[in-house]
Amino acid sequence: MTSQENAAAKRTLGERIGALPKPWKITAMVLIAAFFYVLPLLEPPFISTPGADFGAVMFTVATYALVALGLNIVVGYAGLLDLGYVGFYAVGAYSVAVLTTYHAHWPFLLAVPVAVLAAMISGIILGAPTLRVRGDYLAIVTLGFGEIIRLVANNTAWLGEAGGINEIGKPPNADLFDVPHLNWDSGSPLLDVQDKTTVIKFGILDQIPYYWLALTVVIIILFADTLIKDSRVGRAWEATREDEDAAELMGVPTFKFKLLAFAMGAFVGGLSGALYATKTSFINPESFILILSILFVAAVVVGGQGNRWGVIVGAALVGYLPERFRGFEEWRILVFGLALMVLATYRPQGLLPPRRTLRARQVEQEMDALEGESTA
Amino acid sequence: MHTKHTLRTLAALAAAGLALTACGTTGDSSDTADSGGGPACDLKIAFMGALTGPAAGLGVGAVNGAELAIDQYNDEHPDCKVTFSKNDSQSDPKQAPGVAKSIIDDAKVVGLVGPLFSGESEAADPLLNEAGLPMITASATKPTLSEQGWTFFHRILGNDETQGPEVAKVLTDVANSTKPFTISDDSPYGQFLTGAASDALGDSLVGTDKIATGQRDFESTVTKVLSSKADAVFFGGYYPEGEVLIKQLRSGGWDGTFVVPDGVKDKEYIEVAGPAGDGTLVTCPCVPGDKITEFAKAYQAKFNEEPGTYGPEAYDAANVFLDGIADGVKDRAAMNDYVNGYDKDGITKHVKFTENGESSEIPIWLYKVKGGEYVAVKQLA
Amino acid sequence: MDVQFLIDNIFTLTITGLVLGSVYALVALGYTMVYGVLQLINFAHSEVFMYGTFAATFTVMALGGTRDTSTGGAILMLLLALVAAMLVSGAIALVLERVAYRPLLRRNAPKLVVLISSIGASFVLAEIMGLRDKITKFVGLDDSLSAYVTRARNNVQFPDVVDPVRLFKIGDYNVNSIDLLILGSAILMMVGVDQFVRRSRLGRGIRAVAQDPESAALMGVNSTRVIQVTFLIGGLMAGAAAFFFVLKYTVTRYDVGFILGVKAFTAAVLGGIGNLRGALLGGLILGVAENYGSALFGTEWKDVVAFLLLVLILLFRPTGLLGEALGKSRA
Repeated sequence: MTSQENAAAKRTLGERIGALPKPWKITAMVLIAAFFYVLPLLEPPFISTPGADFGAVMFTVATYALVALGLNIVVGYAGLLDLGYVGFYAVGAYSVAVLTTYHAHWPFLLAVPVAVLAAMISGIILGAPTLRVRGDYLAIVTLGFGEIIRLVANNTAWLGEAGGINEIGKPPNADLFDVPHLNWDSGSPLLDVQDKTTVIKFGILDQIPYYWLALTVVIIILFADTLIKDSRVGRAWEATREDEDAAELMGVPTFKFKLLAFAMGAFVGGLSGALYATKTSFINPESFILILSILFVAAVVVGGQGNRWGVIVGAALVGYLPERFRGFEEWRILVFGLALMVLATYRPQGLLPPRRTLRARQVEQEMDALEGESTA
Repeated sequence: MHTKHTLRTLAALAAAGLALTACGTTGDSSDTADSGGGPACDLKIAFMGALTGPAAGLGVGAVNGAELAIDQYNDEHPDCKVTFSKNDSQSDPKQAPGVAKSIIDDAKVVGLVGPLFSGESEAADPLLNEAGLPMITASATKPTLSEQGWTFFHRILGNDETQGPEVAKVLTDVANSTKPFTISDDSPYGQFLTGAASDALGDSLVGTDKIATGQRDFESTVTKVLSSKADAVFFGGYYPEGEVLIKQLRSGGWDGTFVVPDGVKDKEYIEVAGPAGDGTLVTCPCVPGDKITEFAKAYQAKFNEEPGTYGPEAYDAANVFLDGIADGVKDRAAMNDYVNGYDKDGITKHVKFTENGESSEIPIWLYKVKGGEYVAVKQLA
Repeated sequence: MDVQFLIDNIFTLTITGLVLGSVYALVALGYTMVYGVLQLINFAHSEVFMYGTFAATFTVMALGGTRDTSTGGAILMLLLALVAAMLVSGAIALVLERVAYRPLLRRNAPKLVVLISSIGASFVLAEIMGLRDKITKFVGLDDSLSAYVTRARNNVQFPDVVDPVRLFKIGDYNVNSIDLLILGSAILMMVGVDQFVRRSRLGRGIRAVAQDPESAALMGVNSTRVIQVTFLIGGLMAGAAAFFFVLKYTVTRYDVGFILGVKAFTAAVLGGIGNLRGALLGGLILGVAENYGSALFGTEWKDVVAFLLLVLILLFRPTGLLGEALGKSRA
């Protein structure tokens, strides 16, 4: 009586949202999306970051979310441990940089597809020989790959060497209208007519238009991700991840699907790198160090690998928290390390574990309940 | 049940939102009281550079020099003080834009001393220029910085284009080298300066090599130097690598003359290199702080140590801004005009800027490591 | 490609490469043993090494070593430094096992999560050293310890108590006393550990757990004890490596572990992860290959050579040069 009813009543928030009728769901999503677009303009008092430009922080969070989604495909869906994801990020960024500056002067929008393609190709080049090796070795090889990319950029003259490349091309502008920010200095929100964002002008100072661009890309990728996960491809990944040998036996060409996961992860990573390059307009090898790969993996694992919302939450934490607490700058990495250890010990499945884990747990609960009853 | 609940919450939120926007704009309640014709009294001067992290040694000298100038000004103008805003970028090009933005957003800042390094300047100066904040760097020496068309950029010391040939001259004339060897690190500063020096040396150069920042074992570099039988080596880079490099060169059995630029000129180099560093020749577009007795005394009194590298330059840079404030400048645009027209003696040189922000006078000094400190030898240019 | 330079200096490059490789080998030992027994990459092992370097340096500083110290006194100080380094590294390794790994292994956490925890531990350890000036300030000790904690993020100099004595020449290179000491000690220590694992009871326990943890437990092997000993041995070896490192390169810094750790791990994989002799072989080969690579392509490509070697080995011989062997008893 009791445990079965409890199991039925304890529906998670995710399930309750999923159970709403479709028009409500769509409205809710549109509202939530709109909220995120407007967020940097609102500059809410506790969330906004003192000492760092809030728009820039939101952009970082958006690009990290994009990266986390891409890495989620590789790590979460396909179960491949990739410690060199920053390599794809770098390939995307450098492709855009090289094409839009002194080498070719292409417009930014034309350079992006090339950058993404380059990243995908590098993913395939990396994956083809290495995906045949065992899990942990894959981690090391990918780590090596990420570092090789950075070192090659550091030592090659036409990639700018250590000095990097600056004046990277921007997306096209459309000078439509100005939107003022909110100013909370006096305690209640006022419209600050001096602090404005132009829709849509991609300049140097104002990062918010870049954030909007990144957010749009994130939403598009989220859609694509939903479609793919529920398709044959997603199921093949799940089978490969859970038990590769059994999947092979059942006729799943695991190698091809692993390579596909790599290529798609590289695609998204390269896209994120391209956005990063255009926003900062100056990149150098220091922007793509190993610790960034580790940060990305941490975002995915901490958030909940395999759960697209979880990894976004993870990315938001990883991108936002260090900037929010900038005063404690010196302690940032220490706190980050401690957080990783604590989270790994006490919540290893991540903050938002993928639904299958929940389903599996519920099944376990029901079985326990049944067994408990039968022995009672 | 659910729908009613959600409807109610949505309605409440919408109402709250509307209520908030009804509160008005900041244009209504304007804080800026008109203070009349005298100097504005709540202005700030900012500094941007490495206050922590591996490059902090060079940052400390500069920030202290600027702070001394501001303190002296505040002593003379007790009713109208200027605040000093120190901003730590760790001289990291990744952090620089964010730090620059927060300086820009502080409307009271009318001038920036910095950024400290060339690498972070490349990342941050576009933002600073776009925002119209006048900057005077007392230490970033990469020449291309003044060629970007940044009207708000100024440099109060010589750049590497002038330092490069002087380095070559030091190798040939002072060190009497017939077989010079140049080593560069992988920073923009090091690469450019070493490249300029190598070009000036021309055919007499017996070899070059490149190391990476953070590298600690230089065996293959030492081997290259030894096998080229070089009698003098110029290392273009910073002190964390320089101090280890010279030790390994010496213990590898090399006893030629070691020449380094201002990036190595830090007391840590002397401490860590120890006897291996004795006799190192140092070129610097900076003026010996201890030669400027008034400044040196005041610096010593305040910070309890000798003036650091770039201290006097930063002092002069801060004074340019301070003179502007004393003269009644209240905003950034006016300050930039003031700096462009500045024509007065500083403690390092006669301070005046060319059209693209370079300093008109460029003294370059030669130092030598002797007895555990940097002793000024002579002025090269 | 400067082949001529390589050939002209082949002896120098080879010998200095072997010396560097010995340091890699000793650190690689820790990685390989932990992986062999637990199948996990101990990311924080590089920090175990780093703490050893500081222990050695601080010991000699505390004993007042300078270049004027007598030879006898210097040797004594160095011995104490070596012991200190090994003890500190061993201790840190044990703490690491207890705090970062055991709780997770008890809960059968997935490997990726354990990896994340070890990465976190690595950051924490490195940052503690990098923030030592601020931390001692909290407890008010920063003045008395100022010689040790100022400028926490900068290079720390190992006092020059010893001048390397040039012994003999091989080709163009003057082999000096420190080189021989490092190379010789590394080989001796590796042999020692190898014998320990082969012959002692604990060693058999290690091999048993590496081969099949469940059967080992069934046979009465205390796996907790075995894991502790594994970490301890790795730590002791890393401490020795740390001592040799500061002896040769005379500086250390809070982040010195990082790149060295990656290279040492590369060496372990190169030789065959889980294989102790492989760690030695892999380390020596990596050290020499790096030097050859720098000579051929330029010093700035040194690290690329190391990573490229890693990638190639994993592609063509994933079990490494000597294969994985910890679990396979040959005795």
